[in-house]
Amino acid sequence: MTTQRIEAGAVIDGYTLEEPLHQGSMATLWRVSAPEHPSLVMKMPLLREGDDPTAMVGFEVEQMIMPTLQGSHVPLFISSGDFSTQPYIVMEYIRGDSLRARLERTPLDTDEVARIGAQIATALHSLHRQHVIHLDLKPSNVMFRDTGEAVLIDFGFSRHDRLPDLLAEQFRLPMGTAPYISPEQVLRIRNDPRSDIFALGAVLYHLITGVRAFGFPTSITGLRKRLFRDPVPPRARNPSCPAWLQEIILRCLEPDPRERYQSAAQVLLALRNPGQVPLTERARKLKQDGVVPVTRRWMRTLGAQADSWQSTAAQIARSPVVVVALDLVASSEALLTGIRTTSERVLSMHPGARLACVGVLRTSRLAVDVTVDEEGRNLRVLRLLELKDWARPLGLEEGRLTYHVLEGPDPAAVLVDFVRQNHVDHVVVGARGASPLRRYLGSVSAHVVAESPCTVTVVKVPRPSDEDEEEEEAEAS
Amino acid sequence: MRLAVLTDLHANLEALEAVMEHARKHGAEQLAFLGDLVGYGADPGPVVERVQAAVATGALALKGNHDEAAIHGAPPTMRPDAAQAVTWTREHLSPEQLAFLVALPLSIERGERLFVHASAADPGQWLYVLSATDAGRSLRSVGSREIYCGHTHTPALYHLGADGTVGAFQPVPGTPIKLSAFRRWLVIPGSVGQPRDGNPAACYAMLDDAADVLVFHRVPYDAERAARKIRAAGLPGDLGARLELGA
Repeated sequence: MTTQRIEAGAVIDGYTLEEPLHQGSMATLWRVSAPEHPSLVMKMPLLREGDDPTAMVGFEVEQMIMPTLQGSHVPLFISSGDFSTQPYIVMEYIRGDSLRARLERTPLDTDEVARIGAQIATALHSLHRQHVIHLDLKPSNVMFRDTGEAVLIDFGFSRHDRLPDLLAEQFRLPMGTAPYISPEQVLRIRNDPRSDIFALGAVLYHLITGVRAFGFPTSITGLRKRLFRDPVPPRARNPSCPAWLQEIILRCLEPDPRERYQSAAQVLLALRNPGQVPLTERARKLKQDGVVPVTRRWMRTLGAQADSWQSTAAQIARSPVVVVALDLVASSEALLTGIRTTSERVLSMHPGARLACVGVLRTSRLAVDVTVDEEGRNLRVLRLLELKDWARPLGLEEGRLTYHVLEGPDPAAVLVDFVRQNHVDHVVVGARGASPLRRYLGSVSAHVVAESPCTVTVVKVPRPSDEDEEEEEAEAS
Repeated sequence: MRLAVLTDLHANLEALEAVMEHARKHGAEQLAFLGDLVGYGADPGPVVERVQAAVATGALALKGNHDEAAIHGAPPTMRPDAAQAVTWTREHLSPEQLAFLVALPLSIERGERLFVHASAADPGQWLYVLSATDAGRSLRSVGSREIYCGHTHTPALYHLGADGTVGAFQPVPGTPIKLSAFRRWLVIPGSVGQPRDGNPAACYAMLDDAADVLVFHRVPYDAERAARKIRAAGLPGDLGARLELGA
């Protein structure tokens, strides 16, 4: 390797070093410029004698994973270099401060915490869908675009489902950042995307309380505590934290990944719909668990080891968000039953699935919105009750089911927007009715099929008259 | 250049043709055959003919233990069904085809890459690379940064870090893997003509040598037809049955 000067004005593979941005323990970041890109970031690993050997492997991991990532929730990868000049990665420059800067103002108010949580959950879900688990989610690794999207940075500890895990064999100690790493990471398990859900919980805890959930342990024994010791409930530290937010945070922080939200999209759904979060003992508690449950959890951690092989893709596939869109006013009883049967079929294949029952309240584009019917009942509440009544026969336990009454002049557009916003995996919707009015209004299902970014199942119920109609059409043609 | 790396063809013409067609469609500009062109399968002559034609246009080809057995007779250590196939194979190759097998080298070095049938530790001994330890031994015995080998019939990717630890990885078909320049790699594409990992689809790997990006591929082919030919030739029936199971 040729020795390369690292100083302002130096040129590496055509990139001019402009100004140092950050000096970390693993790498140096410089703002660089190239003829076609006035502002980029160059990351160079620290390779001096005595530097952390993790630095080099982490750099290799990042060099392997970054080019595979797409979308607005990661910095765009530009290029990388090896020993022939100087090992580096050049990527998009994300301006502004990381989330870490906001820790100085903690505790933040509930709305801001929920908003930041939703932004991070959206970014995590995008990453998980690309087969990558971050494994070092913390405030300093979260940036924001001017448009509001969270951008995750630093993939040095990350794990890609479909690429060799260079870190697995290399180190015998847990990898990650002590206040945020999940219990399974403490056990050196690196293949569970729910580890990022735990870290998200730890970040939200910090934002709403101003205190770290598990402190900053510096020993393995200290780190292992989170396998059995629950944190002080956020409401005990900040009484203005609402019960639903405490429920979400403590659920993310469950020591057993199976007790957490099963995907980042499910956290997002909860954060966006506070009124729909089922409140359990987690929401109510104001003290840490007593000796008995803690001891029981501690006993279970003895000899706890890495789980069997699994993948991010499999975990996400097991935990879809399914939307069932219902038009309770215009649909026939037969169609509503058909939609329920189809929903049952979809849910039976995915025990980890969440079902969101969505009804749309059509509002007029011009007139003042009528949200009260002739008898003076609130239509929103009425729709909600109807949705619950429809879903009751499904027999789903609380927590797997949410209800949403959306409003808008164009039901299809409102539905598609909901599907996009909540990273829904599957939509179940009834086919267009046959009445002249429905024909005139156009098909909601056709619009949803065309515009939704996911799988859509359109439920049809055969009518006795269908066969006759087909025969008539055949004769006519 | 895109190099398609094929190994352990084992006289399976159906698998070979399917793989070569797949590789051509995916932009392969050159081929490398890492040995065991014959043995087990019913088409030794046509398979050697295809490899000869490829070598005439610049392909690399190596000798494997089954090729050597076809030349010199089965060694006493060989399993009975394999030994029976060796005798049959020898009778179904022309003198010119046998001469082609005799002339094949045990390994070929191209820049930082070494191509060999079994472990590079001692190519003529046909040692299996079945674990990270075996892979480490093979990598440490030579200076090449990347080794490509066969012999085990199961796709695998091993990597040796700067600190000496070896990692093992089960490749996911169709996923491009950038081979980091900061470590050494041992690539086993898996068998074209007799896969043994429970998936009957033929295996090979494609290397973009300038970018150092590797993709493992699985190619479904008519294994039933290949098995039928084995039975029709009077070769042990199990040799056909295992093709349909990939076992």
